[in-house]
Amino acid sequence: MNLTRRSLLATSALAAAAAALPMMPAVAQTGDTIKVGILHSLSGTMAISETTLKDVMLMLIEQQNAKGGLLGKKLEAVVVDPASNWPLFAEKARELITQHKVAATFGCWTSVSRKSVLPVFKELNNILFYPVQYEGEESEKNVFYTGAAPNQQAIPAVDYLMSKDGGEVKRWVLAGTDYVYPRTTNKILEAYLLAKGVKKEDIMINYTPFGHSDWQTIVADIKKFGSAGKKTGVVSTINGDANVPFYKELGNAGIKATDIPVVAFSVGEEELAGIDTKPLLGHLAAWNYFQSVKNPVNEAFIKQWKAFKKNDKAVTNDPMEAHVIGFNMWIKAVEKAKTIEADKVIDAIVGIEVPNLTGGVSKMLANHHITKPVLIGEVRADGQFDVVWQTKDLVPGDAWTDHLEGSKDLEADWVNLKCGNYNTKLKKCG
Amino acid sequence: MHLDWKTPVQLWFRAGFQALLFALFLGILAGSPAKAGPLEDAVPLFAADSFADTAKALDLVAASGAAHAGPMLEALVDRRLFVSADKKLFFKDKAGLAFDGLSGEKLAAEPAGGAMVRINNRLRGAIDTAVGRLTLQAPDPVKRRAAAEAVYKTRAPESEEALTAALKVEKVAAIKDIQQMALAAIVATAPGKADIDRLSAIEILRDRGDRDALTPLNSIPESASADVKAAAKAAAVDINQRLALWSGVQNAWYGISLGSVLLLAAIGLAITFGVMGIINMAHGEMVMIGAYTTFLIQEVIRQKYPALFDYSLAIAIPLSFLVAGLVGIAIERLVIRHLYGRPLETLLATWGISLILQQAVRTLFGPTNREVGAPAYMSGSFKVGLIDITYGRVWIVGFALVVFFAVLALLRFTPLGLQMRAVTQNRRMAASMGIRTARVDALTFGLGSGIAGLAGVALSQIDNVSPNLGQSYIIDSFMVVVFGGVGNLWGTLVAALSLGIANKFLEPFAGAVLGKIALLVFIILFIQKRPRGLFALKGRAIEQ
Repeated sequence: MNLTRRSLLATSALAAAAAALPMMPAVAQTGDTIKVGILHSLSGTMAISETTLKDVMLMLIEQQNAKGGLLGKKLEAVVVDPASNWPLFAEKARELITQHKVAATFGCWTSVSRKSVLPVFKELNNILFYPVQYEGEESEKNVFYTGAAPNQQAIPAVDYLMSKDGGEVKRWVLAGTDYVYPRTTNKILEAYLLAKGVKKEDIMINYTPFGHSDWQTIVADIKKFGSAGKKTGVVSTINGDANVPFYKELGNAGIKATDIPVVAFSVGEEELAGIDTKPLLGHLAAWNYFQSVKNPVNEAFIKQWKAFKKNDKAVTNDPMEAHVIGFNMWIKAVEKAKTIEADKVIDAIVGIEVPNLTGGVSKMLANHHITKPVLIGEVRADGQFDVVWQTKDLVPGDAWTDHLEGSKDLEADWVNLKCGNYNTKLKKCG
Repeated sequence: MHLDWKTPVQLWFRAGFQALLFALFLGILAGSPAKAGPLEDAVPLFAADSFADTAKALDLVAASGAAHAGPMLEALVDRRLFVSADKKLFFKDKAGLAFDGLSGEKLAAEPAGGAMVRINNRLRGAIDTAVGRLTLQAPDPVKRRAAAEAVYKTRAPESEEALTAALKVEKVAAIKDIQQMALAAIVATAPGKADIDRLSAIEILRDRGDRDALTPLNSIPESASADVKAAAKAAAVDINQRLALWSGVQNAWYGISLGSVLLLAAIGLAITFGVMGIINMAHGEMVMIGAYTTFLIQEVIRQKYPALFDYSLAIAIPLSFLVAGLVGIAIERLVIRHLYGRPLETLLATWGISLILQQAVRTLFGPTNREVGAPAYMSGSFKVGLIDITYGRVWIVGFALVVFFAVLALLRFTPLGLQMRAVTQNRRMAASMGIRTARVDALTFGLGSGIAGLAGVALSQIDNVSPNLGQSYIIDSFMVVVFGGVGNLWGTLVAALSLGIANKFLEPFAGAVLGKIALLVFIILFIQKRPRGLFALKGRAIEQ
């Protein structure tokens, strides 16, 4: 409540007069706290995914304060609600930086919201931590990508399905929601599959609108495509709400994972909470973290999270882990730079290593992506995943994919080259 | 997959298990130096925690001939097989009691540090096939059928012998049919078969085949002769032609089932918007309230009366109607009645209400989806000709029609319906005849909202139960009502079904995205030509 009142007053013409009031301590407060912006939709279509990310940030900040804060000051969370409205993301980002003077912001989910705030972070030279797996083809000075790039999720998942354990899939359905992330990912995957010797007629690509709820035709098409005598697999970049009716229809149509496995890139523990998972047994998801990963760090985190949510059934998921990693990296970088000044933190954070929740140590790379393990999980009857495959080492995130023309020559390096899209052939930036 | 080991099945099963898998056992023995026995050999393989080793261990267990091999395989599928800290194999039964993996005897206490043996799709498929092969002659016809289907799907050449034996004794025609198909599929695809056998197998597949028969026809081995390949190709073309004919029927059915969803979502709006003329942007939220009521009722039933779970939807139907109806009446009394005759303000106010309701539900229940389960009679599918029809959809189509005709009857044959029609046709005349128009308004709006609540019960079965549920249906609902003709219930029925069917016939050609766009463009053009929709109301009512 305090926040809205403060921001309302600040924008009003009465700001000057109101500055004298005790409830307008914006200037005074920056002196003894460090503010952290949280830019996640708490209403609208994306609230389903983003609300938990806001909560995990609040928990991390609370824990950090219990440990004594940062640079001798307390951290203060500034929560704004961009309401799943892409232009509003940019407005709220500007509000966070100019009015609340946040040191860094943790936020965004969809690629379109990230693209909408990019110019703001560039113009005002602030820091954004973006925690979601995405299509790549981007590297910005002010953004740190703690989610997976395509080579940390999509490509390994396809490799797994091609392997003996994955069922030696020969025929591919690439099904996605119709927007930038699935389209780019599918473009990369198609190029990759063709390069691997998969024939063009063995790839079916299908797009559906956001929130698509009638999957009868498409599921029947998948069944039809799968009856050509070759092992068929589905790679799903279906996003958000459309997943539940999709999986319900798969279950109804009797498509079992042993017949046609579906590997999803946007379905995690949180999404499965809304479905009866018994018919989905064995369908797959590719992430860099699963709640079911067994190790002391993860178990401690899950315990803290359940206590924080006061809900014994609260689940954890991959983007939450990305925020944990991002937040810890930022803390270490600020401590190393001994300031919250954006430029110094951006320089300090590259090379920082923090433990991730799967038992390894993730490192921030010069292209502002991080190293993470890739895990493939199979859906269990209780809505969790069994890890059936994982990479031996951590995989460094690649901003520009090696599988697309025009992108394979590009390189991002903010330490030596000071450039997010350096062309190695033309030897110039941009 | 769940084998019931406590029934008389046990005897024949055990015998079958031992006889059939003994051969497999010998094969493995020949390849590996045997120590104490297959189960002892299996333990380190299970403990190795690699899928390839687990697969080997699984074969050893199946081949061991031990009496508890079956329950142990079942335990493996159900994640109840463990290796303890001191490398002892044990499994638990459904009640959680521990049994020794080597002797099969009950253990006094669960060994410490048990690590579960993990399985993946590949192993699950292997277990399915092994168990399918062994249950081909099970006394329970349901099990026999599942076994025949599993064998048909995997087409493992090893299953041929068991299949031939089962065919000899099978009495149920439908199961015999699947077994014959399975045998034909194996003969057609297994290596080293004579041309003449292959050709007759292909004929069986062609004559009776549906989509499932295409897979074996498309997997004829490279080594087969040119004749066989040509026959298989011709058979596949045959089946594809049959399927193409049926795909029209399939599209029509998909269209009807999509249309019934549209109809359910739109009937309520046909009353609030069509009959009363209120542009109710909160209509979708009434649907959502109905779905959340269903969720709450299921939660209560799950926790307190689990035996009643199959009736949960039947219980939810009247309650969702009441809850959504009462919320509707409250909205009408508190907000809308002050705004009659000001459509723009009504639109804005109801839109505001819809946002408030969404956020209220988000605060109360959280932003994530809630699970509404399907009762047993609504899951699964059955075959009509060459197409699969899911039970859930059949129920929804039936439910939509029942609701539609109930509303029609209510408007036509009850005093309340008469009053509603009187008030909407001529408010002042109705008032002077002694009808309490304000009360009728509230009840009409409540009725429309209640019906939206009913739609929520049905939609909870196919869509997300989330705060956004209503938003995805509001535009479609308006589209249906406007297209059908405002104020005409029959128009709503025809519009819903024709939009559903048109959508489903467009989708295979244009894709889901373009199909939807094409439909919207069509409606825009249509409304230009006929602004009052398909079935325009005639008479004085429209002049107001």
